[in-house]
Parts: sequence; C-alpha cells; structure tokens
Amino acid sequence: MPESLLKNIEKVAIALTVNGKPYSISVEPRMLLIDLIRERLDLTGTHVGCDTSYCGACTILMNGAAVKSCTVLAVQADGAHITTVEGLERDGQLHPVQKAFGDAYGLQCGYCTPGLMLSTVQLLAGNKQPTEKEMRKAIAGNTCRCTGYQNILKAIQLAAQNMAGA
Amino acid sequence: MLSEFGEDAKVLAGGQSLIPLLKLRFANPSHLVDLNFIPGMSYIKEEDGRLRFGALTRHSEIEASPVAAKIPIIHDCAAGIADVQVRNRGTIGGSLAEADPSGDWATVLLTLDTEIRCHNGKNDHRVQLSDFIKDAYTTVLTHNELVSEVIVKSPPKNSGGAYLAFKRSAPVYPTASAAVQLTMEGDICKDAAVGLGCVGLTAIKAKDAESALSGQKVTDQAIAAAVEAARAAADPQSDMRGSAEYKRTLVGALVKRAIEFAKRRARGEQVDVSHIYA
Repeated sequence: MPESLLKNIEKVAIALTVNGKPYSISVEPRMLLIDLIRERLDLTGTHVGCDTSYCGACTILMNGAAVKSCTVLAVQADGAHITTVEGLERDGQLHPVQKAFGDAYGLQCGYCTPGLMLSTVQLLAGNKQPTEKEMRKAIAGNTCRCTGYQNILKAIQLAAQNMAGA
Repeated sequence: MLSEFGEDAKVLAGGQSLIPLLKLRFANPSHLVDLNFIPGMSYIKEEDGRLRFGALTRHSEIEASPVAAKIPIIHDCAAGIADVQVRNRGTIGGSLAEADPSGDWATVLLTLDTEIRCHNGKNDHRVQLSDFIKDAYTTVLTHNELVSEVIVKSPPKNSGGAYLAFKRSAPVYPTASAAVQLTMEGDICKDAAVGLGCVGLTAIKAKDAESALSGQKVTDQAIAAAVEAARAAADPQSDMRGSAEYKRTLVGALVKRAIEFAKRRARGEQVDVSHIYA
C-alpha cells in the first residue's frame, strides 16, 4: 500500500477484557485481533499458522465462543471477553484441558496446541461427555500436522473424564 | 451510513468471507460498516407457518436451534458449514448477500420457499431468493441496502429434505453439494426441489431433475433420471478442487444420496445426514 494511504488513519479506542484483565487501547481499524493479542498485549501463546482462516492455530474464545482471531478485526472485539491459552491456568495450576493434552501426549511440536485446547474448552463447556464424532467435529477447524489426531482425541476424552470427576 | 459513504463502503457481518478478501487486498473499501453492534438482528422465530431468521443469526445458532431443526435440511446446512470457529462468526444474511457460488445457504434455501427482506434504513421489500441472486457475488442489493431477514416457508409434514456436500476438509468450501426436498403423498412424489452447489456461477435449481421426480413413484429408475438431469444442469468449472467432469459426476452421486435421505425423512424417519469428507 502506498505510504500516503497509511497516514492519517484514525485510531479507534476500544475496551476489552483479556484473560480477566481489562484493557483500554487505541487501534487502527484494520488491525486484526490476532495482531492486537500478539503484538500489543504480548500474549504470544496464540499462534499465526496459515493467516487464511484455515488452520485454527489462532483460535481464541470470544465471549465463550471459539473464533479464528486472524479473521476478526480488533475493533470488533470492543466490549468482548477474550480468553487465550495464557488465561487457562488458575493460580499456577494447569487447566484440566492443558493437563490432559500433556498426560495423553496430545501434541508434538505444539504449534497448533493452544488453538486445539481452546476449541476443546468450548466443546466441553457445552457437552460434558462428547462422542468421538462430536470430538472430531469440534476440532475440524484445527489443523495438526504432527500427531495424526489420535492422541488429541485421547486428550479430549481424558479432559472430559477429569472434568467430570472434579 | 451506507448512503453517506457511497459505493465504496462495505458491510461487515460475520466477516468470514470479507475479512479474508480484505487481507488479500481483493476488496479495498474506504469504509467498513460493522453490523455486529446493531441489536435485534439475530433471532430465529416461527410465525404463520414460516421460519424467520434475523440476518445476523450465526450459523452456530441455527445449528443449535430446535426451532430451525424443524426443517431438517436447514440443520444439515448450518451444521455443515466450514468448522466450529467459522460457524460461530458467519451469518446467514452475510452468506446470502455475499452470493459466493460455493456458499451453502443459497443451494439449500432454493429448494424451499425463501424470501429475502432487503432494507435501506427507511424502507424494506421482500424478494424471492431465486430473484435475489443475480450472478456470482452479485445480488439485487443496491449499495445502501442490506439483508435484514431471511423468511422460509415451513414445508408440509409429509415433506423431507437433505443437504449433502463433498468436502476436501472442513474449513474449505465444498467441491460440490446437493440439496433435495421431496413432498410425498403415499408412494408418489407430489413435489420435488433439487438444488446444486459449487457447480455454476450461482447455486442452480435443477428443474429437469425436479420434473423427473414430480408426480412419480421414487423408483430407482426415476432417481436415475433425476441424477442424469442434475448432471446435465450442472455447469462446473475445472479448478484446484477438481475437473469439470469430476464435479459433474460427483454432483450426480450427491443428488442420488440426497434423494434417498429426503425420501426417508419425508416418511418421518430420523436420519442423521452429514457431509462426506475426503
């Protein structure tokens, strides 16, 4: 884009809550939510994979719903409650979904893992005992190039069991 | 606002088509008007034998709605669009206004009696879906109009429909898709509607395939004739998803399966229909 077009872009003030913490911040209207999270809030646990709304590495929860943060503008998160992978642990204790991904070896390189865990959190919030079909459907928007998904499915099942027992 | 900003402004609904286009610089609007903060545009209501969907109703809300599930083909569509994350953002009104030839809603809603309510801030008018879509990415909407509501007439009790797509993976558009709605009187198909997706510049209503079924018993022979007519009605392009011939064959196979599911649902059977993933 020519430099002249980049000048005079009026910033927009937004207020949002990220992992329970309130933020008031001015952003360019064109900024993507993923860039706000990573570059402005320094929460780099959320990853950019394809940047084309395919791979789901950038998945976060926006008002409890899993969304691809590379396909939402930061200004659209005005007033929203955002959860990223950094917001899953409580007082130094891993979230049951995080623990299950570790215990069941539901990851290899780990790049897709934050997104997969947040998709899992949304699934288990609405469905305590998902079937295998429901688990597969819930993570269909998250691409993993290492595991072949088998251990991820085991991790989701383990998380469901542990959360039911808790 | 749209009148004020003129033709260079774009309307942002769920953003699942428009934001990728902005990122590719395929769209370069001077202003984006985000509808998401307008209250009362997201609802599913049943009134006077019709289902009414607010334009900003997310696919995931339709997927989870027991009211929407009263028309099973609508549930098939909502539950099969892309993946959880996209369904949580994408909207029925946005999808129809985008008029992407690969979009799911138009293919399905063409098999039902569907009207689109268009609104310009002052007045609104209703258009039949078949008249609403003009061409690929083109509708009758003028630059200061938007879709405010989608109104679908509930099919009769003895009617059943199914929507089936073949997809390489969940997040992508289908390679081809087929929607079939059959209204049965005993063994005889009183009325048939057949929609084809991703095999033309718009969703296609395969009228010859419908005639092959209407007024007939749904025998293997009638199904074969409908499949043949659907293949003839398809006008696919060769692209990275497959050659034109491959898609033509595929859409015929999808029509065949969709007819069988639709027939069973018209008999009142509960049938779980989901897309086929490569």
